Amino acid sequence: MVLEMQPRSETANPSHVVNDFTLMVATKNGSGSQTSNEVLIRSLFRMGIPVSGKNLFPSNIKGLPTWYSIRASKDGYIGRKEYNEIAVTFNELTAAEDISKIPAGGVCIIPADWKWGQSRHDITYYELPVKETVTAAAVPQEFRDRIANMVYVGACAYLFGISMDVVRQALLDTFNQKEKPAMMNFGVVERAFNWAQANLPKRDPYVFEPMNETAGKILITGNEAAALGSLFGGVSVVAWYPITPSTSLVDGVLDYRHIRRDPDTGKETVAVVQAEDELAAIGMLIGAGWAGARAMTSTSGPGISLMAEFTGLAYFAEIPCVVWDVTRVGPSTGLPTRTGQGDLLFLYVLSHGDTRHVVLLPGSVGECFDMGWQSLDLAEQLQTPVFVMSDLDLGMNIWMSDPFAYPDKPIQRGKTLSKETLEGFIEQYGEWYRYKDYDQDGVGYRTIPGIDHPKAAYFTRGTGHNEKAIYSERSEDWVANLKRIHHKFETARAIVPQPVISNAGDQPARIGIISYGSNDPAIVEARELLAARGIQTDYLRVRALPLAASVYEFIRTHEQVLVIENNFDGQMAQIIRMESSENLSHLKSLSLGDSLPMTAQWIIDRIVQTEG
Amino acid sequence: MANAIGLERADYKGSPSTLCPGCGHDSISNQIISVAYDMSLPMHRVIKLSGIGCSSKTPAYFLGRSHAFNAVHGRMPSVATGATTANNQLIAIAVSGDGDTGSIGLGQYKHLIRRNVPLVYVIENNGVYGLTKGQFSATSDEGQKLKYYGLNELPAIDLCLEAVVGGATFVARSFSGDSKQVQTLLKAAMAHRGTAVVDIISPCVTFNNADEANKSYAYGKANEKPLHEYEFIPAGYVQPREEIVADYEDAIEVQMHDGSFIKLKKLDNGHDPRNRRQAIDVLEQAQREQLFLTGLLYYEEPRPILTETLRIVDEPLALLPDAKLRPSEEALTNLMKSFM
Repeated sequence: MVLEMQPRSETANPSHVVNDFTLMVATKNGSGSQTSNEVLIRSLFRMGIPVSGKNLFPSNIKGLPTWYSIRASKDGYIGRKEYNEIAVTFNELTAAEDISKIPAGGVCIIPADWKWGQSRHDITYYELPVKETVTAAAVPQEFRDRIANMVYVGACAYLFGISMDVVRQALLDTFNQKEKPAMMNFGVVERAFNWAQANLPKRDPYVFEPMNETAGKILITGNEAAALGSLFGGVSVVAWYPITPSTSLVDGVLDYRHIRRDPDTGKETVAVVQAEDELAAIGMLIGAGWAGARAMTSTSGPGISLMAEFTGLAYFAEIPCVVWDVTRVGPSTGLPTRTGQGDLLFLYVLSHGDTRHVVLLPGSVGECFDMGWQSLDLAEQLQTPVFVMSDLDLGMNIWMSDPFAYPDKPIQRGKTLSKETLEGFIEQYGEWYRYKDYDQDGVGYRTIPGIDHPKAAYFTRGTGHNEKAIYSERSEDWVANLKRIHHKFETARAIVPQPVISNAGDQPARIGIISYGSNDPAIVEARELLAARGIQTDYLRVRALPLAASVYEFIRTHEQVLVIENNFDGQMAQIIRMESSENLSHLKSLSLGDSLPMTAQWIIDRIVQTEG
Repeated sequence: MANAIGLERADYKGSPSTLCPGCGHDSISNQIISVAYDMSLPMHRVIKLSGIGCSSKTPAYFLGRSHAFNAVHGRMPSVATGATTANNQLIAIAVSGDGDTGSIGLGQYKHLIRRNVPLVYVIENNGVYGLTKGQFSATSDEGQKLKYYGLNELPAIDLCLEAVVGGATFVARSFSGDSKQVQTLLKAAMAHRGTAVVDIISPCVTFNNADEANKSYAYGKANEKPLHEYEFIPAGYVQPREEIVADYEDAIEVQMHDGSFIKLKKLDNGHDPRNRRQAIDVLEQAQREQLFLTGLLYYEEPRPILTETLRIVDEPLALLPDAKLRPSEEALTNLMKSFM
């Protein structure tokens, strides 16, 4: 078989490209373009076209460059693409480079006021009278700068075929149905649309046409989904410290906790405490989890570093809590507004001494919701901190999804004894010891403070203790305790979300792909495109650590296994190797770690190289 | 003799102490036992919280029927914040030391105070790191000498001053050798609604008890200067009226949230603990003069406690039934429509 690299662009001089291209908008941060871009996404969504958005933004409040890519895909692909056929270049500081990256046959939309000139002959230019349009729309002075971005919305609507009705609805959606701001923006959009209609003959092949692929679907960010999942999971104490890109997760809790508000008193069932730092945030969770609340925080890598010590305490004292790590790129402050999966290994073994943690790995906004409630259940069932590793791409970008499914089982509180069940327990066993393994699953029975029973109290400590929760420096007690906690980890292995396996056919394909998290859209797309070129692959998506037994089964049954992930060191591949004594010479790590969401193209290139 | 809820004093004890014989901390544990017994505290509702250090070991030595949490160094305040938010019915007694509060935990200490987390915050302050064998702490006095580490040339952090400046509504200082005063102040602190700081100078008999050391027994006994004479009058306890008038002609009455009073008889200095400026002044003056000022230094009408500023439901979050933890399927369906 002869394998060829997929060409960089298949769109050189095609005559008609429908719903299969990417429109990129380059602006300055803080210029209000987020609103314009959201309007474009919502417009395509309303037209029934599968759409996804990727915001590449700076760590800055105002002024630095930002790029937003909107991908329409008739085939339903929602991963990042490496090139954008259409570039709206509204930032003079980056325009030269932005224009140079447009593939041949592409389109550049640029303010006419710049008098920039048209340096390339293989792309189509459209120049827009931005200042004039805004001035003519008689927008109040204070809104002019921000609303200028609506000019490209109107021009794009005309050029690529979005009706004004759709834009109006999308504006209302974006402004939460508030007429006044929506209509002020619409005034500029309409003016730009009409101007383009009168002055810009269509000279490019790209068009949006209505489809029926988004009916019944939702548009949501992963962080909002995680917030909703937590609220439906009964979270009752949230303590947090702001950090990009996790902040919008707790914002989501604040935005939607009204669904849990007590209707009679108007009081909250979710306490949200903004802590003084991440050390305090997790300390509050541990206090709350210990006292019987369902406690959750969201943070990112630097916050996880600060939480390391307390995590060890919660692990060893066996206290439930949930920590969302919406990852950015480290080490150190790193790239705070870029994405990656570099925290995996750190989360897995966080804190000093022999520690090992449960880490859930959502691969979609739907799973952010599911794992929002599942993590709270697992934390209480296992009496341990549970991490959920999302990332900036999943957490902050808008994704299309089926509506979330209601939790399929009641809230799990684990082995928490009430006054009555403690009484029953003591009748049955003649005793109750906090850390004794009565059920041979490594998980003891706990009480929470406030239970009116003379035997309910125990002493919680991070120092050595025996099964009676009494201070102990005896080596035998230490070993017995750690063995039990390790046994608990085996219990976790069976009850955490299991891998999702997608096979190409009845017989195992030669290549097996292992991946996790937000790489999923790129892998789905890459597999289809590879299959079209005759390369079949099977795919196992890991959804949690500790690894399920089926991961090793998958590895054994494939001739070549590629572990695809978005970090520099191939951390999942390391974990797989670390936990197996088998010969895994057929397992290869394909790790990216370039700070951007993974693309199908990157995967295809690597696999084609490997096969070649 | 049994107290109002039928418990003997012995019922309020904990495990035997493992601290050095004669440690001031053990004396404080005993006062906590007495106060809990006198006030008939229901032990199942009490939580004991501590960080790391000699002081932080002591929750094991009192109120054995209460849940306890010995957390990490300096970070007990956040654990206490979480626990009291999870269950607003709990009575929290926090024990910390000068290292735990004044150094690693200074930030959490001040933020706990700022949030007005309802608890009694006992600082067992010996001006030295005991468990690591005698280093200076942030509350060690300037000019103090220690055997191995020599002369302390840095000014001390006054944890009461920090508390007053940080917005605490109850700030007291005492001396572990003065059991009557410790008990009175602890009772008032227990009755306070909000963060009540009680900084108790507690000599370290092993590492910081040279007669000239400012936190030694000898120095404390010789230089303690109480601000007032005290009486704590629990809620519902009526004293003969004449007696009050006779004993406390110049008395300041400070009423606690639960209706109890602490009555302070003014001594010569005329300190009024309701005057914040004065509290700061007397503390700064005492520091300059290396005086050891004890008593209720500052008190103000309680601000809203954290669970109030969080506007959470009255019933403990930890005990909410599933129906209040998970909205209906219909609620999810409606929510999903808003994202379409």
